[in-house]
Amino acid sequence: MAVLLIAEHNNNNLKAFTLNAVTAASQIDQDVHAIIIGHDCGDASKKLSELPAIKKVICVDAPHYENFTAENFAPVIIKASENYSHIVCSANTFGKNLMPRIAAHLDSSQVSDIIKVISPDTFLRPIYAGNAFATVKTNDSKKCITIRPTSFDPCESSGGSATIENAEAGEEFKSTKFIKREEVKSDRPELGTARIVVSGGRGMQSGDNFKLITQVADKLGAAIGASRAAVDAGYISNDHQVGQTGKVVVPDLYIAIGISGAIQHLAGMKESKIIVAINKDGEAPIFSVADYGLEADLFEAIPQFMEELNKLNTIQK
Amino acid sequence: MKILVAVKRVIDYNVQIRVKEDGSGVVTENVKMSTNPPDDNAIEEAVKIKEAGKATEIVAITIGEEKAQETVRKALAVGADRGIHIKADGILEPLAVSKILQKIVEKEKPDLVFMGKQAIDDDCNQTGQMLSALLNWPQATFASKIEVKENSLEVTREIDEGLETIEVNIPAIVTCDLRLNEPRYASLPNIMKAKKKPIEEINATDLGVDTAPRVEQIKIEEPPKRKAGIKVANVAELVQKLKNEAKVI
Repeated sequence: MAVLLIAEHNNNNLKAFTLNAVTAASQIDQDVHAIIIGHDCGDASKKLSELPAIKKVICVDAPHYENFTAENFAPVIIKASENYSHIVCSANTFGKNLMPRIAAHLDSSQVSDIIKVISPDTFLRPIYAGNAFATVKTNDSKKCITIRPTSFDPCESSGGSATIENAEAGEEFKSTKFIKREEVKSDRPELGTARIVVSGGRGMQSGDNFKLITQVADKLGAAIGASRAAVDAGYISNDHQVGQTGKVVVPDLYIAIGISGAIQHLAGMKESKIIVAINKDGEAPIFSVADYGLEADLFEAIPQFMEELNKLNTIQK
Repeated sequence: MKILVAVKRVIDYNVQIRVKEDGSGVVTENVKMSTNPPDDNAIEEAVKIKEAGKATEIVAITIGEEKAQETVRKALAVGADRGIHIKADGILEPLAVSKILQKIVEKEKPDLVFMGKQAIDDDCNQTGQMLSALLNWPQATFASKIEVKENSLEVTREIDEGLETIEVNIPAIVTCDLRLNEPRYASLPNIMKAKKKPIEEINATDLGVDTAPRVEQIKIEEPPKRKAGIKVANVAELVQKLKNEAKVI
């Protein structure tokens, strides 16, 4: 049986990680269908139908799907799931919120946050903040899987022409009401997909000092990350948090500044290709995962770093 | 208003875990255990709501082996009124846990169920959502702010894009983020008082829930280790290495 992929989108566009989830779904079975639920989401469903890996798109469009409430989404997906062996979605806050609600209804024991498809029923997933990897096999007839998007490459995004089938909307779940969403808009690359991430921790000492991180990020065309300590202290907003309960990032270059490197932070960045740590405490655990460690006071090191970067003729962005 | 708070006993968040050589799991013998961190936030929030006069009773519940009861005792020491310990051995998947919690919710009839958003051992992030599904209740996951209203809660949720605010009618499930509040420490007199608070023990098998794992753990292994890095002497050397050796800038 085919795999049903749940598309994440904003009604106009697909969210970038939907493409990574498609790759994971195709590794489970070549026959991938996608379901898109939203309001006035014709543009996003068209883009979904253009992914060559998708054989069919099921589109469910109604006003009460505008804000992606799991309580509204779950019944529609459960209804559509009849003809599928697997239901797949990204393990970001959208998928984490939604998938267990589906799995429980289907009496299926969900497998969360997989980083590798070993076979259609066997997967690799990190546990204990990535300090152990578990190979798990699910025997449920309907398998509910969330995937860690950064562990799969994005699929080809154009050239396909899957049929789009409209399906009937379900009832509205009246006990949950959406009020508002506060998104932080920025011209910088997205944290989850950026090639370079510059992160600050408690060592930054204030929200004002976090401007130093911004400077470096702007120079390198990088996204801005933060440790939980920095977010808790109010230096920067929660959407920048990297770690076990924040975002997992796998950039080519991760620069950790004033971050000690608690297990929970390492869980979110230690798969990065190159890791740089700048910290005045030479014993800080961050140095154990750093390719290049600089033991220095960050308030002296960052201005010097900017100066050196300015000397370079070209910086790849 | 009655609040049920679910707590889980896990390896302490500061412990560097070790994987067993035979691939069967991680070493738990002689390892410090404590309450799953966001479950502490769940208890704290319930206590704050009660202190504000908006809740009348807090019931703390845990599911697991004998020693799991420590987590309930700790919840009692910071302000829960009574406890429930569902005794069960072996691996309990979130699906089984949510089915057990469903039975208890049907019996206890709480108005709210709080728990942490994710357990830091299996990192599943499922139980609250599954329980909401089984009860057909609204779910407010990853909560970083809760405001109690007449017959509803206004909850701010941490999402990838930033923050989202929703209103859920009571009864509802809330899964708590670490930023929801600052959990208090239990004072010595309260720890002593907690010893006298009742904990009801129930065997999971008596609830008629099938708790057998559905997902086979084939192998637990250590993740690949990173190659040891180097310390650079100064910023100039760092930039030179990034440019010419790693070729990332």
